Amino acid sequence: MRLRFYSFCIAVSSLSLQAQIVSGDDILEKVDRAMNSKTRIVMSTMVIHGRRDIRTVQAQSWQRGTSDAYTEYLAPAREKGTKMLKLNDMLWTYSPSTDRTIMISQHMLRQSVMGSDLSYEDMMEDPHLPNLYSAVTSPDDTVNGRACWVLDLSAKKEDIAYYSRKVWVDKVRYIILREHLFAKSAKLLKTVDITEVMNVQNRWAVKSAVYKDVLKEGKGTEFNVLSIKFDDVLPDHIFTKASLRR
Amino acid sequence: MLMLKLAYRNIIGAGMRTWLNVAALSFAFVTIIFLKGVYNGMNDQVERATIDALYGGGQYWHERYDPYDPQSTVDAHGNIPEVLRPLIKQKGAVPILIRQGTIYPGGRFRNILLKGIDPQQKILAIPVSALAERNRTIPAMIGTRMAKHTGLHINDLITVQWRTSHGTFDAREVMIVNIFKTTVQEIDNDQIWIPIDIMQTITELPDQATMIIMNKENITIPTVPGWNFRDLNFLLQDLHSLVEMKSMGGSIFYTILLLLAMLAIFDTQVLSIWHRRKEMGTLMALGMTRTQLIGLFTLEGSFHGILAALVGALYGIPLLSYVARNGWGLPQSTDDFGFAFGDRIFPSYSLGLIVGTTILVLVITTIVSFLPTKKIASLKPTDALKGKMT
Repeated sequence: MRLRFYSFCIAVSSLSLQAQIVSGDDILEKVDRAMNSKTRIVMSTMVIHGRRDIRTVQAQSWQRGTSDAYTEYLAPAREKGTKMLKLNDMLWTYSPSTDRTIMISQHMLRQSVMGSDLSYEDMMEDPHLPNLYSAVTSPDDTVNGRACWVLDLSAKKEDIAYYSRKVWVDKVRYIILREHLFAKSAKLLKTVDITEVMNVQNRWAVKSAVYKDVLKEGKGTEFNVLSIKFDDVLPDHIFTKASLRR
Repeated sequence: MLMLKLAYRNIIGAGMRTWLNVAALSFAFVTIIFLKGVYNGMNDQVERATIDALYGGGQYWHERYDPYDPQSTVDAHGNIPEVLRPLIKQKGAVPILIRQGTIYPGGRFRNILLKGIDPQQKILAIPVSALAERNRTIPAMIGTRMAKHTGLHINDLITVQWRTSHGTFDAREVMIVNIFKTTVQEIDNDQIWIPIDIMQTITELPDQATMIIMNKENITIPTVPGWNFRDLNFLLQDLHSLVEMKSMGGSIFYTILLLLAMLAIFDTQVLSIWHRRKEMGTLMALGMTRTQLIGLFTLEGSFHGILAALVGALYGIPLLSYVARNGWGLPQSTDDFGFAFGDRIFPSYSLGLIVGTTILVLVITTIVSFLPTKKIASLKPTDALKGKMT
């Protein structure tokens, strides 16, 4: 009898543990821990599918936490030398052709970056999803052959760009493999599909992704990570306006 | 009377020389009146159209609103002032809410202004009554230019994306229920009009507006804290500056024309005095004083102006009335100037313009005719009879 009671207790506690593990907010916290790092240095390419042509933009970024980022464009020749600095919610760009540093105004933040499907605003968003959204789970799904939890995120606060999101989270790697961004009216605005991931320094990171503004025609923008380094020490001078003119 | 008869006979007797001068002067006459009429017509036409379709009897702007700064529309909204509510209820004023938005015609990104207006309003000459139809989709209205640029037609559905007052993206489909034609680009280019109550709901700005347009008959303009009243003088200052600038440009053209005509008259007078030395001597010998002689020659010169006015009236009245009736066609590119010129300009000739121009030309002709006659003042009758100038 005692044995039965212990077995029942173990079963109940394991069930509650499982329930805890699969709660949407918990998953989101784990995703946040898995995807964010103190610093990162990323070399990437962005393949922009335009109406008439396809452009590939190569850039190197230095990121500190989620608030600061410094990006230098390396190719094509037309964009080479263009730099961007994000400090909290402010963004500056430097163009070598005009030798000027311009602060991107609020109105301009809606414009796309280099003609891609990403807006400056998308780039500047706080990526700590648990700060912004509460999550509930939906029936599980599979993305690229990987079992995923599906989370429906709804905004915790009012001043947020996307009122709701749907994310597909890899059950093993805790990495987002697909994301849908919705308007307040529940109309789908943007999609992000992670097509390839890689393991670097014992953590999973995005290798290739496709961003798509659903309201716009086209194939979207491919984002490919060529190399990534986590938690390197980055000097403070990188995240200053002076570094834009260097 | 004798002087008049003599002057008239002399000038008619001069034949072709007189008629050439008269033709040149009458051309200057008609051109001046035509150009001035065109500028007056342009001013009146644009002013009328803009007041009817956009300015009304003046506008209250939210203190943060600046039409030249697209960023300002984000924050330029406030509760409709209490003091103006009774007026709005009596249809003596109409609130407009403006927000930035984005549409994707043909899959392309396009920034627009989303404007909310009361479909029952009668203050502005915009056919907004079509917005009163309520189906499941949001009714929307655009101008012909916007329709042309976006390829939209009536009953088309288009997704509009905007931000709520909290900055959250929202997007819905709107149905184009009306496409209106207007000469006023400021209510057409890159703009979508929807009912204000729907606009206030979807943008989460209940009971708010960006501007309040007053009826033309409103005489009392109360001071409203947080709102700046812009009267028609303020709103039309760009138009008046443009017309003034155009008028200045035109005045250079007709000054040149007038100068050419005056040069011809001056030349005729100088030649006339040179050729008619013996005649002058005879007239002086017959008892005409030098002053009378100067008067005679000046009168002859002035007759050019009078004849030019008559000849100008002969062909100018039918020509200018035809243009005033049928208008003067403008090239397509004029539409991009940013003013409500329309397809044609209908010149406006006021009595003041015609009388003023006639007096101006007559005075200048008289002065120009007088200048060469100063030589007569020192003329000796004996020398003149011999054909000499002293």
